[in-house]
Amino acid sequence: MTTQPDSAATPKRFTIPIGPQHPALKEPGFFEFTVEGETVIGATLRLGYAHRGIEKAVVSRTWVQNLYLLERVCGICSHIHSLAYCLGVEKLAGVTPPPRAQAIRVLIAELERMHSHLLWLGVAAHDAGFETLFMYSWRDRETILDLFEQISGNRVNHSINTLGGVKFDLTAEQIVSVLKAVELMEERARYYLDLVRNDPMLGQRIRGIGTMSAAEAHRMGVVGPTARASGVGRDLRVEAPYAAYTAIPVVVMLETDGDLQARFIVRIREMFESCRIIRVLLDHLPEGDLQARMPRRIPEGETIARVEAPRGELFYFIKSNGADMPERIKLRTPTLCNLGSVLALCIGRQLADIPMLLIGTDPCFSCNDRAVVIHQAGNREKWTWEQFRRYGNEALR
Amino acid sequence: MTAMKIEQAWNNALAGVALWARTNSPWVLHFNTGSCNGCDIELLAALTPRYDAERLGVKLQASPRQADILICTGPVTRQARDRLLRIYEQMPEPRFVIALGSCALSCGVFHDCYNVVGPLDRFIPVDVYVPGCPPRPEAIIYGVIELLKKLHPVDVILEGGSA
Repeated sequence: MTTQPDSAATPKRFTIPIGPQHPALKEPGFFEFTVEGETVIGATLRLGYAHRGIEKAVVSRTWVQNLYLLERVCGICSHIHSLAYCLGVEKLAGVTPPPRAQAIRVLIAELERMHSHLLWLGVAAHDAGFETLFMYSWRDRETILDLFEQISGNRVNHSINTLGGVKFDLTAEQIVSVLKAVELMEERARYYLDLVRNDPMLGQRIRGIGTMSAAEAHRMGVVGPTARASGVGRDLRVEAPYAAYTAIPVVVMLETDGDLQARFIVRIREMFESCRIIRVLLDHLPEGDLQARMPRRIPEGETIARVEAPRGELFYFIKSNGADMPERIKLRTPTLCNLGSVLALCIGRQLADIPMLLIGTDPCFSCNDRAVVIHQAGNREKWTWEQFRRYGNEALR
Repeated sequence: MTAMKIEQAWNNALAGVALWARTNSPWVLHFNTGSCNGCDIELLAALTPRYDAERLGVKLQASPRQADILICTGPVTRQARDRLLRIYEQMPEPRFVIALGSCALSCGVFHDCYNVVGPLDRFIPVDVYVPGCPPRPEAIIYGVIELLKKLHPVDVILEGGSA
């Protein structure tokens, strides 16, 4: 970034590399922005720094071992990954988990959604330069982590799901503390909603920035809160209800503005909805077993499982050949669907808005770094390890 | 002879000041070498109000050129390895490394993934290992304090510390 734009009428173009280690990025990714003065006129994205090869590793582990591996696809939404996997495998085996297990799964999923949204709110505020909000929201997030710890013994990878049900029951004591936490969360969410709507300083960073119309959102295929902020009501909890969502109708939170502020508001309003779902669940918590009996072998077949992760639709394709290990598991995580929209929205914006635009989709690179090689007719290109490594690093030159 | 003594005393005093400064405000650089985010959010949680490592002078610093401690999370992936070495070499001496979480220690659950090239200490020297999947924020703070204790010839870092 040594080129200085000269004082002539047309500023020079230059390229700014960002990443993989950069203050604006919490995770490794590599962006290259071409700017003319302060205006971005081109953007490229290079992923793969957190690619570990999980899809390959799952085929060398048993069905139960995979629970623990897939939970670690993403540390922020660990429950939802194992939930999608369990739903798929249970569908293959023809097992329905008991109602109490389904309710506990949804309860944890909603708690996780609140924790993920609070985490995002903090990181977004940090990128906007609003450190106080960052500290506030992360302080409140600890309340939910305490609940996880109380229920499962772990703060982050709580491993609640097992094939055929859940591992941990809720005691009366835990229900009381969940309700108490939900009350606190509602109070805090009201405060954040007011702040995001009315704070003039934050408003300058988020109002009217990165506006995406409903038509654009459809075209770019964005999912989750990013889509809902543009008025596209995609929510799998409503469209294809799973677990206890079949009994509890979820209200989709929609905003129509499509700018960054709408994305803030949608996520905070979803916290209210999560609180409501948790209250309804705990009022009608079914009694009974926690686990259904799973067959010793998962029958041959293939299936898909779709769940609504905090960031949007999470998709699992699971194929079994009747052995004790899966034949193929394919993941599709929401971040990759949303990242394309960031590159499109960047064009024509000021460089200073880019971190906020990126964070507006709530990216999670550890989820989305997957390798795909497409074999077209006649093109059977194979990569060596060295080529594969260089793919990630050739920008170093 | 006297001039040499004075110079030595001066150098000793300077080293003392440098050590005092270093152990009282360690600046931390965080690099994710392929982690699942679990350790990363716990590291951030360690800096937020509940745990507040900043009261000990620990500050998260975004640039390697101003950082004292490199905290790495996750197994080292094939793509992140070159960047890891580059960041490590950009840090000024003396530099210290903390390996955070089971994956940085031993690759953890990803030990046989094809794109994982090894635990952190195969590539750069590591001073402190913090185990856990993910380690709790208390454990992370404890790890930093253990590192600072190692630096200090006198065993008092924090008032009331157990050293």
